[in-house]
Amino acid sequence: MTADPMTPAEATERSDPRDTLSPETWLDEHGNALYRYALLRLRDPHKAEDAVQETLLAALAARQRFTGDASVRTWLTGILKHKVTDQFRRDLRDVELDDPDELTEGTEGDDGEDFESSGRWRERLAPWGDPVAAVERRERLEGLQHCIEALPERLANLYWLREVMEEDTTTICKDLAITPNNLWTLLHRARLSLRRCLDRLWVRNTSHTG
Amino acid sequence: MLTCKDASHLLSERQERPLGLRERCALRLHLWMCVSCRRFARQLGLLRRGMAALRQQLRGETRRAELSDEARARIRRALAEREGPPRTERL
Repeated sequence: MTADPMTPAEATERSDPRDTLSPETWLDEHGNALYRYALLRLRDPHKAEDAVQETLLAALAARQRFTGDASVRTWLTGILKHKVTDQFRRDLRDVELDDPDELTEGTEGDDGEDFESSGRWRERLAPWGDPVAAVERRERLEGLQHCIEALPERLANLYWLREVMEEDTTTICKDLAITPNNLWTLLHRARLSLRRCLDRLWVRNTSHTG
Repeated sequence: MLTCKDASHLLSERQERPLGLRERCALRLHLWMCVSCRRFARQLGLLRRGMAALRQQLRGETRRAELSDEARARIRRALAEREGPPRTERL
C-alpha cells in the first residue's frame, strides 16, 4: 500500500464501513485495556495516559494501513508498545548509556558503597534467614516496591523493564541502544542497591515495616 | 583469584547470560570460601522471587485500573482536534 496524502476527513468518507475502523469507538472499547498495558510498564498514571493518547492519535493517522489481519486491539497494542519504548528512551535520553557511572552518578549506585578498594565486602553480609516463601508476603512486597522507587529513576526503569516486564536483555539493548555489558553493569548496580535497601528493612530494622 | 566484587558481578550476570566454564569454576571456588558471597547469591535468588511475586500482584491490581474521566475527555478532545470537523461529543 502506498502512502496516502488524503486528509483524515476524506479518509473517513472512503474508509471501510466496518465499525472497527471507526476511531470513535477505539477509546471506549480499548482505552482501558491500553491504559492497563501502559500503566504496568510505565508505573506512572500520567505517562500511561499520554501513551494511550499518542497511540490513538498515531492509529488515527495510520488508519489506512490497518489491514484487518489482526484485531483492532492487537493493532493498537502494537502501536502502544512502540510508544512505551519511546517513553523509556525519553526518560533515558539525557544520559550517556555508554557510561554507567553517569547513570548512577551521585546516587548509592556506586560499588564503593558495598566494597573496599581491595574488592572485599565492607561488611560481612547478614543472612536474610527467611524461608523462601517469606519474601512473597504482602508487606515484604511493599518493602520491595519501596526500595525500587528509591532507586535513581532511570535505574528503576531499567530494572523494572527487565524484572517485572521480563524483557530479555537483547530486546532492551536493541530498543535502548545500549551494550549488553553496560546493561549488565547497570542491572547489577540496581541489585546491589536493592539488596542494601532490603537489608535495612528486613534485617537491621526488625520492626513491622519490613 | 576472584574478589568479592568480581564474584558479585558474576552472580548478577548469571541471571542475564550463561557463564563460561572458567567463570563457573572460579565462582564456585570463591563461594566455597566466602560466606558473604554465598549469602549474596541466596539474596539475589530471593530478590528475583520477590520480583516475580510483585509482578503477579501488580498484574492483579492493574487489571482493575481505568482511565480517569479527565484523561478520557482530554484524549477525546485530542482525537477530535486531529480528526478535523467537530463531531458529537459523547460522555
